[in-house]
Amino acid sequence: MTTLASTKNGSRRGPLRRPFNWRRAIALTLLTLAVAVSILPFYWVLRTALSSNGSLAANSANLLPADFNLGAFKRVFGLQSASEAIAEGGSGASINFWQYLWNSLVFSGITTACAVFFSSMAAYAFSRLRWKGRDAVFSLFLATMLVPPIFTALPNFLLIKNLGLLNSMLGLVLPYLFMTPFAIFFMRQFFLNMSREVEEAAMLDGAKHWRIFFQIIMPNAAAPIATLALLTFMGQWNEYFWPLLVGTSEESRVLTVGLGVFKSQSPQGAPDWSGLMAATLVSATPVLILFAIFGKRIVNSIGFNGTK
Amino acid sequence: MTTITKQPDPGLAAGAPRKSRKRGKPSDGFRGIGDLKVALFFIAPAMVGLILFYLVPTIRGIYLSFTEYSILGDPEWIGTRNYERIAKDPLFWNALGVTTEYVIINIVLQTALALGLAILMHRVAKSTLIRGALLMPYLMANVIAALLWFWMLDYQIGIINQIIEWTGLPRVAFFGSEQWAIPTQALINTWRHMGYTALLIFAGLQAIPNSVYEAASIDGSKAVSTFWRITLPLLRPVLVLVLVVTVIGSFQVFDTVAVTTAGGPVNATRVLQFYIYQRAFNEQDFGYGSALAVILFLILAIVAFIQMKFLRGNQSDLD
Repeated sequence: MTTLASTKNGSRRGPLRRPFNWRRAIALTLLTLAVAVSILPFYWVLRTALSSNGSLAANSANLLPADFNLGAFKRVFGLQSASEAIAEGGSGASINFWQYLWNSLVFSGITTACAVFFSSMAAYAFSRLRWKGRDAVFSLFLATMLVPPIFTALPNFLLIKNLGLLNSMLGLVLPYLFMTPFAIFFMRQFFLNMSREVEEAAMLDGAKHWRIFFQIIMPNAAAPIATLALLTFMGQWNEYFWPLLVGTSEESRVLTVGLGVFKSQSPQGAPDWSGLMAATLVSATPVLILFAIFGKRIVNSIGFNGTK
Repeated sequence: MTTITKQPDPGLAAGAPRKSRKRGKPSDGFRGIGDLKVALFFIAPAMVGLILFYLVPTIRGIYLSFTEYSILGDPEWIGTRNYERIAKDPLFWNALGVTTEYVIINIVLQTALALGLAILMHRVAKSTLIRGALLMPYLMANVIAALLWFWMLDYQIGIINQIIEWTGLPRVAFFGSEQWAIPTQALINTWRHMGYTALLIFAGLQAIPNSVYEAASIDGSKAVSTFWRITLPLLRPVLVLVLVVTVIGSFQVFDTVAVTTAGGPVNATRVLQFYIYQRAFNEQDFGYGSALAVILFLILAIVAFIQMKFLRGNQSDLD
C-alpha cells in the first residue's frame, strides 16, 4: 500500500530532476520498514485466528492460515461445547465475548457521553464566562492531570466498595462520569478561540447562558467535540486497571479484562493461540472500525497544541 | 499530547462592550462577582467529579499510607511505620530498579526511533496514510499489544523466534528469562508508542517556519549542522513534552506485565505498579499499598519537575 505510493513518488521526481537520489531511497525504505513493523503484526493476529490451533506448531512460519477454520471465533463467542473446545486446544471454560463486547460498549459509551458533555459545560465556564477565582479553579483541574491513576484508584476502590457497587456497571463508570481534566482543557482551548460576536448578539436579545451554550456554542464546536469524543471513547475502550479492580463479574467484565481472563485460563503448556488471537482481534475490531471511518480526524488530532 | 499556550481571552477582549452594556442595562446581574452564579451551574458536575474522585481520594490515599488497613475493619494509625518498612523492603528496591530499567530503555529507544521517523516523514512523506499506519499500534489497548507480542515472541512457535533461528542465532526466551523480561516489556511499549511519539515530534517539526531553514542555507549551513544547531534546539519544547509523557507513562507500566509475566520470572518484571497492586489487592495490605503509591507519586512529581525546570520545556525559542 505505502510502498506503492512511495515508489510512485520517487520515480516521478527522480528521473526528472536528478538521476537517482540515494538519500531519498534510503529514507523511504526506512519509513516503509517502520510502517511494516507497525501493521504486519495485525496480519499475523488475523492469520493465527483463522488457523486451527493444533496445526500452528507444525506450520509456525507459514504465512497463510494453518488449516483454515473458524473454530477459534466460535470458541471466543461461546458457540462451542466444552468438549469441542478442549479438542481444539481451548480450555473448555465458559467464555462469552458477546457479553464483554456489550459491557465495553456500555462502559465506554456512557463515560464518553457524560464526560464530554460535563467537561464542555465546565470548559464554557472557564472560557466564556468571567468570574472571580476562575483561573485558580481551572489550575486545580489541570493539576489533577499529574496525579497518577493508581494513586486515586486505591481510595476510589474503597469508595465504590463502601457504596456496595463493586462488580456493577455503575461502580465501573462512576469515577469517569463527571469530567476528565484533559477534556476540559481540550474544549476550553476551542471555546477561547471562538468569535464572541454571535454570542454578544444573543446576549443583547436577552438569551440566557444555557441557551447560548446549547444553541450557539455547542453546535459551533461540533468538530472538536467529535474529535474529543473519539479520543475519549478509544481511551476508555482500552482501559484495563480500573475495570480489573471493580468489574470482575460477568455483567461488568469489559473486553480487556476478559482477554486477560481468557489468557490465564488457556492451558499452560500448549496455549490456545488461535483462540487468544481471535479474542484479541474481536477486542480490537471496534477501534479498527472507528479508525477506518475517522482516521484522518484522529491522526490530525495528534500534536494538537490548542492553537489550531 | 498537549502544550499549554497563552490565549487571548475573549472575556477580556470583550471588556469594552460589556462596560457599556452595564451602563445601559444595570439589571443584567454581572456586576461585582461577574458570572459567578452561572459559572457555578456550569462547573457543578465537573466539580462533583473533581472532589469525589480526585481531591478526596488524594487526601484519603495519603491518610491510608500512615495506617494499617486490611479492608476489613477500620484503618489503624501507625505513623510512619509503612514508610520505614518500605525503606527496608528488598522487593520495593527491586521494583524500583526494574521499573527504572524499563523507563530508561523506553526513553532511549522510543525517543530516538520517533525522532528519526518524524524527520523521515517531514522530509519525504507527509501523507496521512503513512501517519495513520504508524499510529495504529497506539490505538490498541496495552492488553492487546501484550498478547499480540506474547504470541509473536513465543519461545516454541513464535514467528520472531523462527526468524531468529533462520539467521543462525539461538532462540530467545523473551518472557521466560530474567535477563530479557524487562527489555521485552519495553519493546512492546516502544512498538505501541513509537508512531504516536513520532507524530508529536512531526507536529513540532511542522511548526518550525521554513524561513529559518532558508536563512540557514543562505548562510551555508550543511544539513547535519542545521539539524544539530537549528532543528533540535527549536524542537526542545516538544522533545521535553515527549520525554515527560514517556517517563511518567513508563513509570506506571502495569497492563502488559499483568497479562504476560505477572511479575516473573522470579522478580524480574515486578514493576512498581504491579507490586502496589499485589500488596493492596492480593495481600489486602491497603496501608502499605497506599504508602507505595505515595512514593510512586512523589517520584513522578520530582521527575516532571526536574524535566520542566532544567530543560525549560515550557518556553519556546520560536517567539
